[in-house]
Amino acid sequence: MSRHVISVLVNNKPGVLTRIAGLFARRGFNIDSLAVGETQDPAVSLMTIVVTANSATLEQINKQLNKLIDVIKIVDITDVPSVLRELMLVKVSATPANRSEISQIVNIFRAKIVDVAPTALTIEITGDESKLTAFLQMLIPYGIIELARTGTIALVRSNAK
Amino acid sequence: MKLSGAEILVQSLVREGVEVIFGYPGGAVLEIYDKILDSPIRHYLVRHEQGAAHAADGYARTTGRPGVCLATSGPGATNLVTGIATAYMDSVPLIAITGQVATSLLGTDAFQEADITGITLPITKHNYLVKKVEDLPRVIKEAFHIATTGRPGPVLVDLPKDVTVAQTTFQYPDRVDLPSYRPTLTGHPRQIERAAAEILAASKPLLYVGGGAISGCASAALAKLVELVPMPVTATLMGLGAFPGTDPKFLGMLGMHGTVAANYATLEADLVIAVGARFDDRVTGYLPSFAPKAKIIHIDIDPAEIGKNVPVDIPIVGDAGLVLADIVKVLAASSAEARAQKAAEREDWLTRVLRWKADYPLKYGQPESPTGLAPQFVVEELYRQTNGEAIITTEVGQNQMWTAQFYRFDRPRSLASSGGLGTMGYGLPAAIGAQIGNPGRTVINVSGDGSFLMNVQELATAVQYGIPIKVAILNNQFLGMVRQWQELFYNHRYSQSCLRSNPDNVKIAEAFGAVGLRATNAQETKEVIAEALAITDRPVVMDFMVDREANVLPIVPPNASLDKMIGGGTQ
Repeated sequence: MSRHVISVLVNNKPGVLTRIAGLFARRGFNIDSLAVGETQDPAVSLMTIVVTANSATLEQINKQLNKLIDVIKIVDITDVPSVLRELMLVKVSATPANRSEISQIVNIFRAKIVDVAPTALTIEITGDESKLTAFLQMLIPYGIIELARTGTIALVRSNAK
Repeated sequence: MKLSGAEILVQSLVREGVEVIFGYPGGAVLEIYDKILDSPIRHYLVRHEQGAAHAADGYARTTGRPGVCLATSGPGATNLVTGIATAYMDSVPLIAITGQVATSLLGTDAFQEADITGITLPITKHNYLVKKVEDLPRVIKEAFHIATTGRPGPVLVDLPKDVTVAQTTFQYPDRVDLPSYRPTLTGHPRQIERAAAEILAASKPLLYVGGGAISGCASAALAKLVELVPMPVTATLMGLGAFPGTDPKFLGMLGMHGTVAANYATLEADLVIAVGARFDDRVTGYLPSFAPKAKIIHIDIDPAEIGKNVPVDIPIVGDAGLVLADIVKVLAASSAEARAQKAAEREDWLTRVLRWKADYPLKYGQPESPTGLAPQFVVEELYRQTNGEAIITTEVGQNQMWTAQFYRFDRPRSLASSGGLGTMGYGLPAAIGAQIGNPGRTVINVSGDGSFLMNVQELATAVQYGIPIKVAILNNQFLGMVRQWQELFYNHRYSQSCLRSNPDNVKIAEAFGAVGLRATNAQETKEVIAEALAITDRPVVMDFMVDREANVLPIVPPNASLDKMIGGGTQ
């Protein structure tokens, strides 16, 4: 079992997300994360799906996705040089005493404080998954109040194809 | 000139060559029904929407043309669901058109509203909710294209009532523009070469034929292949008829109720050539021990089927008929030495397999005994009196397996049976559709007393239109296959499988206006079948009182290896 990042170009039509999510659910494929948005062509959306699967399952995911009429193209970019990014918002407990300490961690990770309250800070950070995980590890001791993540989006590097 | 959505629908169906629709009206489709009155399309009024879906399916399987069914919104649409799922599992080209509440009411839980595109998402090849009348011609064009090309399957088109009323200028597209849908039809030349080389190098090849050989019109290529390189042939339930059932090299069906020869051949073969078959659990038994000594060539139009259940040595994506024809071409062009290289081994192998076939035939006891008629005898008698030329539909269970074992199908599209989904109640409405699509042929629905009642209302449809289908009920007053499993695997504990208080099927037939006949012994069986076959203006129901506890043999217990057959005479 290993993690794979799959880039799926789909027709930007109502119900396409349901078709894809339904396929994963009924065939028992697990989705780690899924992010979707319009591309430069408004008729086409790009879905970035992160899955943990063995090679046989991955092959089935690929082939079954391909059978959906609204799926245009599928690329497994796991082993292709790519830019992977995820956006995370995290609300962490903060007191006047430790606020600057947290601020230093934020700076080291090139994150951003986007909201300050007397007992909490809200921080925005983008990066690949390992960076976000490392950042989160640093914040856990202060107390995580709330957390939201977008899931990974990805593009293959220009000279990598 | 502007046309309404309903008119556009009907015009588009005519453009697609649709001659027949099976349906049932209701509030959301009244506009469509009004326009059907003035069209050349023949509409058959069923008595339950499930019957419409199965009839369209039976029409499609036996003619090769797409079947069309029509139902209203809400319950009309949900009643189609079993029929759509049946067609999906067996890759049948079916167009289901459903009415829907007006677009302004969508999502409000309006009267007779059901999210049928949501419900049928996992059981259609594709589906559409048409919200603008301008989209309708393109959607119908695409629906037929998708349903009938690549791996065939059902496509549902949901039409809100206001879309059927709204008007626009009608222009039917002459081509589809679906860049994301391009099925592969011809096999990769290198894979074709490799397959041909493996066939010539094999000492013990076995041809394993599935439903894809029928939808891919592969019969001629199959015959050529076996002529060039003689080898034994087995088929799945869905593949019966693709290769002649009376050919000496044909071993019969393989799998759970397969013949000894077919199952033994899979165990010994060094090469299995799978043509449009999908290694279903009812075929393979315990997967790791299926065809343990064989390399596998897998030809399938659906790439997702290749490698899904078993690892494949030579995958070939493409239409079964086209790929096989290409393989045959390569084989025909090969040198005589190349073909002779393993010819002696192959001949020994064929002799050995045919000896199994001779030593362990499918068999049963006497045609009749004090416990009733042998159901197998009834099927054999149907075969004899129709010269094997009837179109047969079946229900699901023992009746289906005895038909597959004892009626030998020489031609493709002669058997319509729910293989994948296993839908009881399929056969009667499917027979109606088959008869409408094949007016000159004898159409027989082999049924059980359980299945018969599941869509018995369709007798009224057959009577209304004078459709002369024959229903042959193997009446054992049990859910026979359930009882058989309870006998073998649940220590004879017959839980809820006894149908002792079922109605009198002869009287039921007569109440519908059909002919009802009954046979309790061998002589009556012959007479009843002869009498039924002579009736050509209305449906006939034949009630055969068979041995209550007859079993379908051999049987491989579920998830057991194919050598674990019970009742094949090999113990």
